[in-house]
Amino acid sequence: MTDPTRIRATAKDGGVNVKVLMAHAMETGQRKDDAGKPIPAHYIQHVGVTWQGKVVLSATWGTAISKNPFLEFNFKGGKKGETIQVTWTDNKGEKRTDEATIN
Amino acid sequence: MDQTRRNVLKAGGGASLFALLAAAGMLQPGTALAADRNQKAFEAKNLKDALDALGAGSPINSNDIVMTAPEIAENGAVVPIGAVSKVPGTESIAILIAKNPTALAASFDIPAGTEPAVSTRVKMAETSEVHVLVKAQGKYYMTKKEIKVTIGGCGG
Repeated sequence: MTDPTRIRATAKDGGVNVKVLMAHAMETGQRKDDAGKPIPAHYIQHVGVTWQGKVVLSATWGTAISKNPFLEFNFKGGKKGETIQVTWTDNKGEKRTDEATIN
Repeated sequence: MDQTRRNVLKAGGGASLFALLAAAGMLQPGTALAADRNQKAFEAKNLKDALDALGAGSPINSNDIVMTAPEIAENGAVVPIGAVSKVPGTESIAILIAKNPTALAASFDIPAGTEPAVSTRVKMAETSEVHVLVKAQGKYYMTKKEIKVTIGGCGG
């Protein structure tokens, strides 16, 4: 359905640096197609990142996030070999969860 | 093609259906982390309405918020924005773009243990002031920076 979310989680200084690249069109609903018909909005509304069952980041988005969204943040704790999960949900109810191992 | 369009129309037909889908989503264990979406804030057409909808009113100008962004963005479709809050007890960080069709771009909840710093990429329709709003201990703080856009990011 959609391409996997690319996740890079790197342990450093007692914390974890997380870089996420999601595959999503992020249509604003403002654009028109070649025939002049409006292209319906289709965008990620929520992104949640969990580690050991704990939410480490929760993001709510509007249409202004760029296509194929990028997200970077750091959280404390987390060791090499543990996993984090990234879940996004869009305005059409589509949802995707991907997992990555902390390096 | 027509079929797709029909489905879209059908889906768009009822906000209630949408609420139902959202509610159904909420019931799944994995989505307990789905934050309550402040739809009104995301639909606000200008900065003031967005701030009001967020309950931020008139935020305090703060030098403890650092925004990393280019002076000039050649491509409004992809403008990198980084936000770091040094305000103690930061609970959330939001990015607002004053002159976009809807001002509020993103809001990040920062749980304890997560650094109050996020980076992402946003779309900008035209040259605009970009604001970073921080909520900390029930108070709102804000900083702003003008980013010049050479080619807007909402038309194509």
